[in-house]
Amino acid sequence: MSQELLAVFTEVLTEEFGVPEDEIAAEATFEALGLDSLDVVELTLVLEEKVGVKLEDEELEDVRTVQDAIDKVEEKQA
Amino acid sequence: MLLEGKKLLITGVLDPRSIAFFAAKVAQEQGAEVVLTGFGRGRRLTERAAARLDPVPDILELDVTVPEHIGAVAADLEQRWGRLDGLLHAIGFAPASCLDGGFLTSPWEDVSTALQVSTYSYAALASGLKELLAVGPGSVVGLDFDAQVAWPGYDWMGVAKAGLEAANRYLARDLGPLGIRANLVAAGPLHTMAARSIGTIGAFEHLWTERAPLGWDTRDPEPVGRVVCSLLSDWMPAVTGEVVHVDGGVHAMGGPVAPVPQNEPHAPIGE
Ligand SMILES: NC(=O)c1ccc[n+]([C@@H]2O[C@H](COP(=O)([O-])OP(=O)(O)OC[C@H]3O[C@@H](n4cnc5c(N)ncnc54)[C@H](O)[C@@H]3O)[C@@H](O)[C@H]2O)c1
Repeated sequence: MSQELLAVFTEVLTEEFGVPEDEIAAEATFEALGLDSLDVVELTLVLEEKVGVKLEDEELEDVRTVQDAIDKVEEKQA
Repeated sequence: MLLEGKKLLITGVLDPRSIAFFAAKVAQEQGAEVVLTGFGRGRRLTERAAARLDPVPDILELDVTVPEHIGAVAADLEQRWGRLDGLLHAIGFAPASCLDGGFLTSPWEDVSTALQVSTYSYAALASGLKELLAVGPGSVVGLDFDAQVAWPGYDWMGVAKAGLEAANRYLARDLGPLGIRANLVAAGPLHTMAARSIGTIGAFEHLWTERAPLGWDTRDPEPVGRVVCSLLSDWMPAVTGEVVHVDGGVHAMGGPVAPVPQNEPHAPIGE
């Protein structure tokens, strides 16, 4: 599942946010990938559309890396 | 339908949590034709939010601090509709220094930004669109947070809202002769991007839990959207310069809704 989600994140980050694919890794922080807070909100909207999971603000507070976000999505899918 | 055939300009849709998003959604459901505005860095988000509306509305570029943008919006609407039946101003911004305890220290440059975006722009935008609004004549609505008292952390934004309440009265005075109404909706606290920048949103939540006789859901802006639509409709004639509180009733309470526990009765004297 985690692998599938990483693939979704990779697709979204490259296609919607123009992040070079070779920079994307589970442990990469969104900040390092060049996403600011508005981008992160936009990312949650795209995720809601792609995987049907809606993340709230408070849930994003401790999300720094792609893996953090994957964990949150999995937590909510469970 | 409440807004059948109405042509509305709705500003302030940043994402699908924005109060303006719900106003736009309800307006469309009630038969209105809606155009949104967006600007700068937030524009992409506005486009994503717009994609969730049906039909997907056009988005005009509008940074309300740029007079040319207001002129361009007026020109577009003139071309598009030749009239404007309703305008929602759902715009607010204050630099971080103006919020969360910065009241005594925030510099004038920051305060002036807060006042320009959150107060002055209400009058500037309505004024820039008044010829189009005069055709219907139309209705102008702005979004307020009750400014009669001081709130934790709201600081210069509270001053900006007090100014907005005053500006609304003067707008009502100056647009009234054209038949245009101007009213504010004072909303209770809602979890939007704007609210996120206020660190004390938790304190507000607590206050509303304690004081709202009707209860209050900080994650549901739809009640506010519905009242905005009522004010934009023909069903609030002769109402102008008004502030309608959509806050579960908190503005009318002087304390908690639940009865305060009684003190222990005094023991009878002499026992
Ligand atoms: N969220 C609350 O608790 C609450 C309560 C009462 C009133 N309000 C008011 O409601 C209105 C909408 O805020 P919201 O809570 O929906 O948050 P929001 O963050 O979704 O909306 C704020 C909007 O202001 C716009 N904006 C900021 N600067 C601008 C500029 N220079 N030009 C054009 N647009 C600009 C943003 O693009 C954004 O769309 C604001 O006036 C806010 O003060 C909010």
